[in-house]
Amino acid sequence: MVERAPVLDTICHAILIAGALLVCVPLYFAFVAGSLTIAEVQKVPLPWLPGDQFVANLQAAWVKADFGRTFLNSILVAVGIAAGKIAVSLLSAFAITYFRFRYRMLAFWLIFMSLMLPIEVRIVPTFEAVANAALPLQWLADALHVSGLWKWISGHDVAIALEWNMVNTYPGLILPLIASATATFLFRQFFLTVPDELCEAARLDGASPLRFFWSILLPLSVSNIVALAIILFLFGWNQYLWPLLFTTDKDMATAVIALKNLIPRSDNEPAWNIAMSGALLTMLPPTLVILLLQRWFLKGLIDSSK
Amino acid sequence: MTPRPGKARTLKHGRPDREPGLKRANFGHGPGLPTLLLLPQFLILVFFFFIPSLRALMQSVLLSDPFGNNVHFVWFDNFTALFANGEYRQSIVTTLWFTVAQNVITLAVAVVLAFATDRVVRARSVYRTVILLPYAIAPAIAGILWAFLFNPVVGPLAHMLHALGIGWDPNRNPSDALRLVIMAASWKHICYNYIFLAVGLLAVPASLMEAAAVDGAGPIRRFFLIALPMLGPTVFFLAVMNFIYGFFETFAIIDAVTHGGPAGATNILVYKVYVDGFVNLDLGSSAAQSVLLMTFALICTLLQFRYFDHKVNYGV
Repeated sequence: MVERAPVLDTICHAILIAGALLVCVPLYFAFVAGSLTIAEVQKVPLPWLPGDQFVANLQAAWVKADFGRTFLNSILVAVGIAAGKIAVSLLSAFAITYFRFRYRMLAFWLIFMSLMLPIEVRIVPTFEAVANAALPLQWLADALHVSGLWKWISGHDVAIALEWNMVNTYPGLILPLIASATATFLFRQFFLTVPDELCEAARLDGASPLRFFWSILLPLSVSNIVALAIILFLFGWNQYLWPLLFTTDKDMATAVIALKNLIPRSDNEPAWNIAMSGALLTMLPPTLVILLLQRWFLKGLIDSSK
Repeated sequence: MTPRPGKARTLKHGRPDREPGLKRANFGHGPGLPTLLLLPQFLILVFFFFIPSLRALMQSVLLSDPFGNNVHFVWFDNFTALFANGEYRQSIVTTLWFTVAQNVITLAVAVVLAFATDRVVRARSVYRTVILLPYAIAPAIAGILWAFLFNPVVGPLAHMLHALGIGWDPNRNPSDALRLVIMAASWKHICYNYIFLAVGLLAVPASLMEAAAVDGAGPIRRFFLIALPMLGPTVFFLAVMNFIYGFFETFAIIDAVTHGGPAGATNILVYKVYVDGFVNLDLGSSAAQSVLLMTFALICTLLQFRYFDHKVNYGV
């Protein structure tokens, strides 16, 4: 700070307190509503102080939204996305920065093309691709006009013979969300800053490429990996549209989707107390992740967006 | 010219002596191992990215009946039909209005909060942690929280509005519904903008600010004349990210809170893709809409790279 400006500093504190209130007021009202009985939550105006039903409502929400099962699904999906994306990205970033091969630039540009095209825009064709992962083979069959021939020979429709249904499976939930190359670029950027001498020394010592990757590059990347893992965990936990399409089987729903079903749809049965308890429960794991791992989280956020 | 650090050294005839983005100390190997390393990423990208994207492109120039028996190649009919459709044009207007409003609110609040954070010394990290919290909260949950606060029957904030004589009802009044989703979307995204601006401000050289202070510029003047222009690329980056967020990620808020209603008032483009594709089963039109949105997303990405690529240090 350059000069003393007590008035301005007071105003700044006031602004920040207002900002903190902006964040906290919705959360506070969610807590108040989540601690009332259904009769109290309908009272006008809503009480300013919490009631005594908090634990009971949490239990009710837990049972009603089957959070035991859906939390497990959310954790599997979020961890799966984080682990999967980091694993494939590390390998491909290693390949395009440390190897000279013929199609390197082509590979680089193909990965580059997939950067940041959100799943929301290709949702219908992606759904079809996952619902029938063998679709490309079917196209080939169609294009070569062998479908009719196959039907004549085997008596089966090609479409049915090839169908490999991934709806309501964990790979179906996870893989399409891994399909973008943001993490690859983060690691590529990081690898480019690793000193060349390390690689030269490793080669002099007779280390193979994979040995260099495992014993030198990976340990150096730990802080980037942790930071990115946090971001991707939050990304996975908070997914909405893709899991929504997969909840034909209730047992495969994620916590956010299960929560959606707790929102009162009509004003006749406004169980907002249960809905708010559920909302608090669902936001708890990602909030804890941010609070506990803030330093890493910030690093990941800033890095991964560059 | 002596080679500067951070730049690829060039040979006499001016060509780079190595491929961009390749380590000088590389393993030079044949194609076997790198192919193997790239394989997992490429399998996933091909099946869940390239094929769906190509399929959307193809489907956007085809017309098929709902049972898929009859497929015609119709050139750009799906696109012309879209722009002739009043509902779609309405959806474009809604999306733009929603996104621009969300962008302005988010950036304005974040700039003020970042400025304040930069000034205060005490409790700075506490403020930062609290304001960061909405990042953890799913857009759908943010929507649900605000839908409750402004629920015309039970919501405490809706009651305050009613007490002030404002007939607030997002379930019936289209403009109230739009305001509700704009509020929820902005609330959820302020933290993201805030963090980038706060970190950016830390990087503004203190010597510059001190020089300006010596010249008699007050803190607010310094912020607007020095710090904010220096954050120009960050603000631009955030504006682009806000557009992407507004266009795509707010799907969850719309679906959890308003379902695009009432009377299509919150039917933003990405929600319309979903409804036309999965509810109305109009695949050609839905694909055409997807292609338009993809084009938009790609433009955003390219804009971002134009602004940021030259700042990335490839120095090896």
